[in-house]
Amino acid sequence: MSAIVLMLVGLGGLALGFIFYSKFIAEKIYQLDPDFRTPAHEFEDGVDYVPTNKFVLWGHHFTSVAGAAPIVGPAVAVIWGWGPAFVWVILGTIFFAGVHDFGAIWASARNKAKSMGSLTGDVVSARARSIFMIVIFLVLLMVNAVFAVVIAGLLTTYPSAVLPVWGIILVALLIGQLIYRQKMNLVAVSIFGVVALYALIFIGPSVPLEMPAEVGFLSGTATWIIILFAYAFIASMLPVWVLLQPRDYINGIQLFIGLGVMYLAVLLLNPSMVAPMVNESVPEGTPSMIPLLFVTIACGAISGFHGLVSSGTTSKQLNKETDARFVGYFGAVGEGTLALAAIIAATAGFATLAEWESLYASFGAGGVGAFVEGGAYIISGGLGLSQEVSATLLAVMACLFAGTTMDTGVRLQRYIFQEWGQIYGIDWMKKNIPATVLAVAACMLLAFGAGGPDGDGGMLIWPLFGTTNQLLAGLTLLVITVMLVRLGRPMLFTLVPLVFLLVMTISALLVQLVDFYNDGAWFLLFLDVVVLVAAILVALECTSTLMRLRRESKTQES
Amino acid sequence: MPLDRQTIAEWLRKATYVAEEVYSAPYRSAIARAKRDEEDLFMLMVFSEMMGVPNPASYYTLELQPLLLERFHDWHRRMGMEHSPLDHFKCC
Repeated sequence: MSAIVLMLVGLGGLALGFIFYSKFIAEKIYQLDPDFRTPAHEFEDGVDYVPTNKFVLWGHHFTSVAGAAPIVGPAVAVIWGWGPAFVWVILGTIFFAGVHDFGAIWASARNKAKSMGSLTGDVVSARARSIFMIVIFLVLLMVNAVFAVVIAGLLTTYPSAVLPVWGIILVALLIGQLIYRQKMNLVAVSIFGVVALYALIFIGPSVPLEMPAEVGFLSGTATWIIILFAYAFIASMLPVWVLLQPRDYINGIQLFIGLGVMYLAVLLLNPSMVAPMVNESVPEGTPSMIPLLFVTIACGAISGFHGLVSSGTTSKQLNKETDARFVGYFGAVGEGTLALAAIIAATAGFATLAEWESLYASFGAGGVGAFVEGGAYIISGGLGLSQEVSATLLAVMACLFAGTTMDTGVRLQRYIFQEWGQIYGIDWMKKNIPATVLAVAACMLLAFGAGGPDGDGGMLIWPLFGTTNQLLAGLTLLVITVMLVRLGRPMLFTLVPLVFLLVMTISALLVQLVDFYNDGAWFLLFLDVVVLVAAILVALECTSTLMRLRRESKTQES
Repeated sequence: MPLDRQTIAEWLRKATYVAEEVYSAPYRSAIARAKRDEEDLFMLMVFSEMMGVPNPASYYTLELQPLLLERFHDWHRRMGMEHSPLDHFKCC
């Protein structure tokens, strides 16, 4: 089958979802009101609450939510064949992610732009708020650990990516200075940044920087992980305008260029789907597709992380309530297109099936490496770039996405520790440096604890990361559902995704629990139990809240 | 439509505007907050003497005080004082 067909079916489905389903949700369920005074106007202060053009806001929202996760998840999940991953990404985006992201913005905008955490406290219960905080902590912990492992793996496999990945940090530092000290024109600076990035990518293959296989008593990959956390430590302490802001900006531009390049190359090359639609002969030790598929692909189908962005920052800048549909739902669609590109790259970009199968020799083995290999095959065939440059391009893209997420993740993790310091009156924990040390140490412990001292097995926690992410999404959906019920509107459109997520998450955790036990992976087993407890608490919270709502509505009727 | 210099200049102006918005929107609040913290420190420098904190800076910055009256009000409220802490410097 031609990859173009898959691409058109996928993009067409997403377009239909946006045109029809999101319109239905906007008009009938959330009932957006163009005259509603959004928090951006009500509390306008030029600092947090600023009415923002909807296209700018969409760009900001989309680039904050789209990272390496919608690439890694689908690239791992195609081990069951491209069919299931494709169906889950497209249907998940239309019926789950879009409704969830859009709903989170709406719920927050209707409640003074409060963050999802405090909304959970207000709408559901104080207990649910505590669970929410625990789940956020787990999500951040896993995202930082797993992305460090992903970047370290890519830098080890593709030494040509080392120069561009670190070089762009210097370029970003320079851009920050040019903008704030020299007041240079941003269009000029943007062009400079993009040219510098792609120049570095073209130079990369001629200047491969290989980390020795052993550095002292550490493996090469483990050394990269430590360097990455050292970088994240410094980056999260710097003022945002120095590094984070210019880095995010270049990354955003790169996201659009990367997506454009991928889809254009697919159109020009027209590769056929090499991998099977449903893989009948999965490698030994691959867990069952149901329920694991639904936690392996979180971002790209539905991700709780989006709710944090939607409610924390996006809702404070919403100019009109009706903009929420475009910003939230279309933001999710954007992420779906990225996930779709990852699926096509990881299944169509191969000459033979045997080649594909050798990459997917075990569960979690293909992943982002297959995305880079496959994508490079498509780009070099379609656009005529050399195989090496194409691979460097995609490896750098994945590294930068994961890297910016890590920067933000470590910073957020630090805030959590500082908040704990405040709550429990621990003075030293309130300070920047000790809190960052704690954040970095916790993530490193996880990266090495899960993968052993070589740091190359860290991908084992990917499904666990997915489960925590889905739990977060479940809590957000619960908040939206409760709000809808209180307004007397149909709750089916948020309740069905909620129940589906909880069932899949809990059964995935149980399946993995047995696997970890059989493998004697005690650290992962412990982690699984922690997440499982959180999942059960979320499920109980959902049930009791819904029962309470039913009682409330009954007493109202009588 | 003929492309004259004016149209191009207009496009560039628009592109710059959009780029600036895209660049600054995500970090507007973090940077504004950091700036405000710096200014709070500045206020403290200017008014510290009056509140009993010995500081030679206030002597040199005496002339600034009338100019800062409005911002002084916001500042003392942010610092947790409902009303002006200074008897001879009333803003509310």
